[in-house]
Amino acid sequence: MRIESREQFETLQEKIRAAETDNGNRILVCCGTGCLANGAKKVAEAFAEQVGKRNMDAEVKLLVKNTGCHGFCERGPLVVLQPSGVLYTRVRVSNVPQILEKTVDNGEIIPRLLYKNPADDVAIEQYSEIPFYKNQTRVAMRNIGRIDPTAIHDAIGAGCYSGMVRALFDMTPEQVLDEVETAGLRGRGGAGFGTARKWRSCRRAEGDRKFVLCNGDEGDPGAFKDRSIMEGDPHSILEGMVVGAWAVGAHEGFIYVRDEYPLAVLNLTLALEQARYLGLLGENILGSGFDFDIRISRGGGAFVCGESSALMLSLAGKVGEPRAKYVHSTEKGLFDLPTVLNNVETWADVGAIAANGGAWFAGMGTNKSKGTKAFSLVGKVKNTGLIELPMGTTLRHIIYDIGGGVLNDRPFKAVQTGGPSGGCIPESLLDLPVDYEKLTEAGSMMGSGGMIVMDDRTCMVDVARYFLKFLTEESCGKCTPCREGLKQMLAIFDRLVEGEGVAGDLPLIERLAAGMQVGSLCELGKSAPNPVISTLRYFRDEYVAHIEDHVCTAGICKELTAYRILPETCDGCAGCAKACPVDAITGERHALHVIDHDICISCGACMGVCPTDSVETFPKVELMKEVV
Amino acid sequence: MKETCPVETEQADAILEGYPHAEASLIQVLQDVHRAYNYLPCDVVVKVAETLGVPLAKVFSVATFYKAFSLKPQGDTIIRVCMGTACHIRGGGALVDEVERLLHVAPDETTPDMKFTRNTVNCVGACAMAPVMIVGEKYRGNARAVRVGGYLELGGDDDAN
Repeated sequence: MRIESREQFETLQEKIRAAETDNGNRILVCCGTGCLANGAKKVAEAFAEQVGKRNMDAEVKLLVKNTGCHGFCERGPLVVLQPSGVLYTRVRVSNVPQILEKTVDNGEIIPRLLYKNPADDVAIEQYSEIPFYKNQTRVAMRNIGRIDPTAIHDAIGAGCYSGMVRALFDMTPEQVLDEVETAGLRGRGGAGFGTARKWRSCRRAEGDRKFVLCNGDEGDPGAFKDRSIMEGDPHSILEGMVVGAWAVGAHEGFIYVRDEYPLAVLNLTLALEQARYLGLLGENILGSGFDFDIRISRGGGAFVCGESSALMLSLAGKVGEPRAKYVHSTEKGLFDLPTVLNNVETWADVGAIAANGGAWFAGMGTNKSKGTKAFSLVGKVKNTGLIELPMGTTLRHIIYDIGGGVLNDRPFKAVQTGGPSGGCIPESLLDLPVDYEKLTEAGSMMGSGGMIVMDDRTCMVDVARYFLKFLTEESCGKCTPCREGLKQMLAIFDRLVEGEGVAGDLPLIERLAAGMQVGSLCELGKSAPNPVISTLRYFRDEYVAHIEDHVCTAGICKELTAYRILPETCDGCAGCAKACPVDAITGERHALHVIDHDICISCGACMGVCPTDSVETFPKVELMKEVV
Repeated sequence: MKETCPVETEQADAILEGYPHAEASLIQVLQDVHRAYNYLPCDVVVKVAETLGVPLAKVFSVATFYKAFSLKPQGDTIIRVCMGTACHIRGGGALVDEVERLLHVAPDETTPDMKFTRNTVNCVGACAMAPVMIVGEKYRGNARAVRVGGYLELGGDDDAN
């Protein structure tokens, strides 16, 4: 049924909401990629089947919803019961009957399935009381986990498309632009360009045919917030894009999604079909007289296509090689026509701003960075997952209060933000309030919100080399400073991690980095040296140890590291011997095991399996000394 | 690479019918072709170029630029070890080494029996379960090198972790 007017839309919304309150009993099963990988599909099916049977002769029907990612992927599959708000983690199919009988029917809690706070080992019943969620403010991720992303009625009930209705019926395009300006919204893809400024320049650009694009090519390793929004709340993206199109005067839109995100492609496709069917997209949206439609384009798997000009070329079916930035895409973008490109998270924010007003959004955040920001908190931290916080929250609060601290309580070393264009921030800067400016000052950047926590067992030289290798593979090869600079820099790092570094290497790296920053064509090349420069700035001693002493202090670089088993604590369980891929470990059961250094390939498998933490690393040079 | 047998182009015809015949459709068409044939057969690439009216050289430049495309036949099961940052610092490298040790395949190579192709992927966005490897369609979170052999044998069917 097509909705023809604003009144019809609002009636429908009220109807959906009334039905929701009638039926308060709900079971929300997280079906994000993370939980699916842990078996959430079978859990959801089991709930659906068993609840279906009960509903046949029940007065109050129970509703099972498969929702998007709750962000707490590590503990998946996650199940939330409403109205009680109880959260169960790591739910298995075998738990389903128990949950229905005990908790749903009798309000009895199953302690085994509750989340235990790593800080004090206390089990927490309520979803909203868990430190990981309690400390968050969700705007872009407002509906994720609450709605079924494949059901547009659910999204409308949650308030989706209300902002669009307000923009189309109560506001002129100029007023929308003013509202976004008041909000102080800046691009969530990383660079932080003013959204209103971008839109205005596209609105002013000549021509009748304009485009509005959504960048869902989330390529930064370690970031997956866009994936979750696309999978878990696709309608908020569509809503934002309609508002943007109305503001700039565009009638065609594209969403460019990574092909590595199959569930995102599926849910977006469904969302588009449903929105079109209801008349929320297409010709004469809700009878407003405004036409706008969106198509999906799947990316080809090239990191550089996250860059705006490369993305537009890729949409046009060409090779994604960036072009010089003096041509603004707001004037000459896709097919050389005026184009606005924004990140997934930015579009999700736009709908909320249109609904609640710019001042509301600007009330959160810092002086120059307004609103909230989504991050994926990953790496060596206890609670990994997706979080959204007001700008200006300190790294310490994020890592220790929300993240629960470093995994296994090891010492904190650094946090990497901004992906391959960002840098590593050391412990001394943990009280840094996170916003665009502060991160740039610290030698990193916002990027697409990846936050990777590193402990003392992370080698910073190895991390820098990792990003160089990544970028060497992903450089499009169009300009020489990036293509050759990365290759040569990687060659130096290959020597460093093998202990073959020489005295002049560090100044050489710094010269090369400076050349790439100045000479590269696009931001990929210009920012490529950032991980190197930031690790050199804060962890220079590690570089020096690799070069002068041939020691990797973190015990990661294989060529420099050997392993040994501590006789004091080894209980002879033989786990390491079983795990060793090259049979370098020998020993009787219940007696000390020994590693043969001639056979050992320093893979670290023994360390990973040892139940008594009896395997330690030591510099390989010590072996040489013994021989001498 | 010379093809051993001629390829049926019927599937490609059906795919081409679904898109406007213009350069802008190129990547989407190649993706569908890749999905249908599991690689980009030479005959089909030529056909795509002719039908869309794009020079063959341009089609090849696109087919070799993007990671999603392979010009060589792929194995029955694709193994992807995630090389994202979170996976890297949580020991993803050990998984790569173990796959290489067990199957003797370099990145983007296929085992001689055509069972496995090893692809690298720079982050699948499942960082919270790092390190991750994907065998077929099955995501293996918190993967361990010792279990790699088991993952490969089980393929993509089993749901337990």
